[in-house]
Amino acid sequence: MEHLNFRHAGQRPATAARDNAIVGVVASGNLEVLVERVLPQDECEVDVRTPVTGFDAVWQAVVADFAARGAAGGLRFSINDGGARPDMVSLRLAQALRAMAGDQP
Amino acid sequence: MSDIAHPNAASPALAGDASWYEASARQRVNALLDDGSFVEFVGPQARETSPHLALFDLPEQFDDGMVVGAGKLDGNTVLIAAQEGKFMGGAFGEVHGAKLTGLLRAAAVRRTPVLILFETGGVRLQEANAGELAIAEIMRALLDARMAGVPVIGLIGGRAGCYGGGSLIAGCCSGLAISEQGRLSVSGPEVIETNRGAGEFDASDRPLIWRTMGGRHRYLLGAVDAYADDTVPAFRAAALRLIAQAPELDFAHLARTHARLAARLRELGNCADARDAWQVLGVDPRVDIPDIPHDAFVELAGALKEARHVAE
Repeated sequence: MEHLNFRHAGQRPATAARDNAIVGVVASGNLEVLVERVLPQDECEVDVRTPVTGFDAVWQAVVADFAARGAAGGLRFSINDGGARPDMVSLRLAQALRAMAGDQP
Repeated sequence: MSDIAHPNAASPALAGDASWYEASARQRVNALLDDGSFVEFVGPQARETSPHLALFDLPEQFDDGMVVGAGKLDGNTVLIAAQEGKFMGGAFGEVHGAKLTGLLRAAAVRRTPVLILFETGGVRLQEANAGELAIAEIMRALLDARMAGVPVIGLIGGRAGCYGGGSLIAGCCSGLAISEQGRLSVSGPEVIETNRGAGEFDASDRPLIWRTMGGRHRYLLGAVDAYADDTVPAFRAAALRLIAQAPELDFAHLARTHARLAARLRELGNCADARDAWQVLGVDPRVDIPDIPHDAFVELAGALKEARHVAE
């Protein structure tokens, strides 16, 4: 198992209609993202646990791309990865953000 | 932070006629209960994960594959548990099982009906005896709840089926509802093939699996109490009916159950295949049980049960 952590500053506060949300499932080719509103409003954090080693740079790039949209302030994203592809990771992060905004019941 | 999350964790909402089979555990829970009523206990943010999986370098899931909480069903409070079949095949581990044990113990104290949304391949082999102990603790807690007068209803319709220790727990429930897609068996197809050979049971023969372990056969056998279409409204209606009809767990009920099981064994014990059993039960051999439409099957099964009820 690999444990990766990424912190990004300079964020705009996320739209958060709830304290936390969970999306996805830990299955082959999939991942779960638990998002919690626990950080200062200008920071976001992505904490990753993955059984697939050697992809630190890819995770860093995917998370940086997500953070570059700049609207995740105040949120910690905790990920349990089941071996998802980068595009699935991006989709789940975006989905988690929408879930916090209350777009999904 | 409190271990009770409210409002509940998000999952994409299911359309009214969406497939139960295709849904996630959280989707089923949120769609089954009255809108917005679900409150999760020991939710993902509590991070109660399995202590055993790291030894095998396996990923954990924050809820350990078991969603538990409370909600309302037609305005009445129920406790609910749902297994996530896509995480480790929905199999029982120590923490996974403990969440259900805790829910059942609460049900006995609070006298609140319980819904268990089964989807499990059995016990996680990685957790071995811890998983087996979890099954035993659940069965005891379930029977204690029933002895306290609490209906415990099982719903079976997920892609992982209800196998192994999960099927033993299902057998302890007050009532069970199953869909065509659902499967219920103590031993799974691969286990039988491994132990007795493909001549006994060919695990690659999907029609064989479904006509032996599938929802339609189980319903005709009387192994489950209700048959539901593969939709949330159908399972919800079945749950409401089974809660209302839940039998008391007393000696008279046990005696009737034993008599029914003995009769089943006597009448069907020599059938080598489900198709033989269906004929004994009174199905016209020209009717192909797996292939007739849902409504036709419901009508046929109802007629058979009515005929047998009259005969009793």
